[in-house]
Amino acid sequence: MKTLARADVAIVGGGWAGLLMAKELGARTGLSVVVLERGGPRKTADYIVGMDELDYAIRLRMMQDASQETVTLRHTSKDRALPIRQFAGFLPGTGVGGAGEHWNGVTPRFLPDCFEIHTSTVERYGARRLPVNHSIQDWGITYTELEPFYTRAERLLGISGKTGLDPFEGPHSEEYPTPPQKMAYFPSLFSDAARSLGYHPSPTPSANLSTVYRNPDGIVRPPCQYCGFCERFGCMLGAKAQPTNTLMPVIAQQKGVTVVTGANVRRVLHKSGKSIGVSYVDANGEELIQPADLVVLASWTLNNTRLLLLSKIGEAYDAASGKGHVGRNFTHQTASRGVVLFFDRPLNRFMGSGASGVVIRDLDGDCFDHGPLDFIRGAYISASAYGYRPIGSFALVPPSVKSTWGSEWKKAAIDAFDCTANLSISGEHLAYRTNYLDLDPTYRDSHGDPLLRLTMDWNDNEHKMVGFLSEKLARVGREMGAREVMVSPLPRHYDVNVYKSTHLQGGTIMGAHPGNSVLNPWLQHWQMSNLFVLGASTFPQNPSGNPTLTILAQTLRTADAIVDRYVKRPGLLT
Amino acid sequence: MVSAAAARIFPSDATGPGAPEGGVVIYIDRQLASPYGRDRYRYTHPPFEDGVPEQGYQGKATPQEVYREGLVLLGKNFDRLTPAEQDVRLREIETTYFFQLLRQHTIEGMFCDPMHGGNADLIGWQIVGYPGPYMSWSYDIDQHYGKAFRAKPRSLSEAVGRQVTPWEEAE
Repeated sequence: MKTLARADVAIVGGGWAGLLMAKELGARTGLSVVVLERGGPRKTADYIVGMDELDYAIRLRMMQDASQETVTLRHTSKDRALPIRQFAGFLPGTGVGGAGEHWNGVTPRFLPDCFEIHTSTVERYGARRLPVNHSIQDWGITYTELEPFYTRAERLLGISGKTGLDPFEGPHSEEYPTPPQKMAYFPSLFSDAARSLGYHPSPTPSANLSTVYRNPDGIVRPPCQYCGFCERFGCMLGAKAQPTNTLMPVIAQQKGVTVVTGANVRRVLHKSGKSIGVSYVDANGEELIQPADLVVLASWTLNNTRLLLLSKIGEAYDAASGKGHVGRNFTHQTASRGVVLFFDRPLNRFMGSGASGVVIRDLDGDCFDHGPLDFIRGAYISASAYGYRPIGSFALVPPSVKSTWGSEWKKAAIDAFDCTANLSISGEHLAYRTNYLDLDPTYRDSHGDPLLRLTMDWNDNEHKMVGFLSEKLARVGREMGAREVMVSPLPRHYDVNVYKSTHLQGGTIMGAHPGNSVLNPWLQHWQMSNLFVLGASTFPQNPSGNPTLTILAQTLRTADAIVDRYVKRPGLLT
Repeated sequence: MVSAAAARIFPSDATGPGAPEGGVVIYIDRQLASPYGRDRYRYTHPPFEDGVPEQGYQGKATPQEVYREGLVLLGKNFDRLTPAEQDVRLREIETTYFFQLLRQHTIEGMFCDPMHGGNADLIGWQIVGYPGPYMSWSYDIDQHYGKAFRAKPRSLSEAVGRQVTPWEEAE
């Protein structure tokens, strides 16, 4: 295996987290930084011809190629895991920018109490209200500690929004850098109805600009045009913040940072408790070693966890005994199909942007009293004008229509096409001892390495939460004037056929002490101090709202810790 | 045969044109002949085992092969049956993977960009009032509340002013 010239820092993964760390190190240190991205290069100009629903939203042209590597799934440790042969329930990104290229740009801050969920739940309701088999724990940081970094992340992306309307939001030290996006008809109906029922609607914080914006790095981006091609597409204008338009132009000017594409990292190399670099397969299939003094994993939830397991770093979680931490506290998103509303008037829903909408947090976290209820926590609830496209949204008919093909169905689906929209439930997903990640004993990737195995199923708390919230939202829907309201329960079992979100979390979690986590509160490996891990794999459980802003805030906090302290005195940060 | 089945799923009828006018069968032919039809993008490592539905499609058959088997399910004389008889036959195979794929492909063929061979003359988009790709709705997004706002449908090639290569021809 050929060994390349040593770098000070090797970063695995060229998405939001990895490229933001690279940019910060490039701007504030003289370190040599190599970013290893397994996918190809990307740029804004590529996206002009990408407004094609079939290739991008249905055939998933920008996503990870499942034929080369996927994951396996089973519901319990007694079941046999089988490979997810084509992605649908969640969509791993690839290429420069990762999933940050084809995201919607919904960028809320997490509610302050989610970082101390165990403490606050026990204080208010007592430990007996924690669900059976839970492994809920505090994060080891507080909202107050993270707040300045939230503000920096919002300024970096130019987040549009408005503070002061949501009584449950944590303190913001600054107003959002840009005003809210324009309001389409459907979210406006939700906003009015929710307010009349006593909820507190506010504009969805959005990484799609409402106005021209120049960020602190001097990057200028234009306002969103509401073309309706956000999720699963790259933005051809650069109005949606993406790593390629917000970070890459800065990195391109930095002498110390190199981004290598087609570099698929297979192992973190280590010796005597220190990482010494990584090995990877390059675009030509050649195995290479990239020596480095500091290794940063930023390759998304599943691959971060898989690389630690494949590299035998730390103790793998054993569900039977509860010992070990790598792979523990795996969560996704408690998301049903939401509450579907059928109106008797058109919504013009082909227009929109991924994050133009209205959110309420009255039914999120612990913002409502769970004392008389039979579940804990809640959901980030929103009505959005995403820009609907016909293949993905045709076929939905009111519950009164029973056929799924033929003339009756066709007429109903045409009538419903522009008169239908849904209120989305993006629920917290608590951590359980029975939901975890490990290596599959049977199935392998194209290099012969074991696939990651997901052991995951829903528990009572999620079913009850979705049932409760759906009823509340059905009432809002009727207040909005919907002719028919369709409520879907959470499916009995966790499935990979229907898209929920790509907010997979946990596996390499952070915590206050090495007895309950893989990483310390600086996202540094407890046992291997020259290894850091970035991204939602560090979240001890899923806190409802979209994770990217928190990932960016945490990455900035870790970057500060590395630049201000670690580089001067390598070792475990305290 | 595929053409006849697609025409029952999305019929030409009083509500307007259907799969025959939309060119759905041309779309399906091209998809099945493409890398997608040969499972270039699906994880096809063995062993192939039966799972629970939540684990997704676990079959070994590629889309091409699923259709080949599906034609047997439809029966040799399917295209010579009356529409009512065809519907009976289709209802018998409604739960098969072939039927699910055919139904999905029929919807795709009706509403895809015409560069993929379906949605001929933008007929699918006209039926539902979808305009296709436009660069900007900035002036309209917060207007027309509750009233239909319809722009003239156009294809991606028309929108960007040049030919665009669909993925099925790119690799």
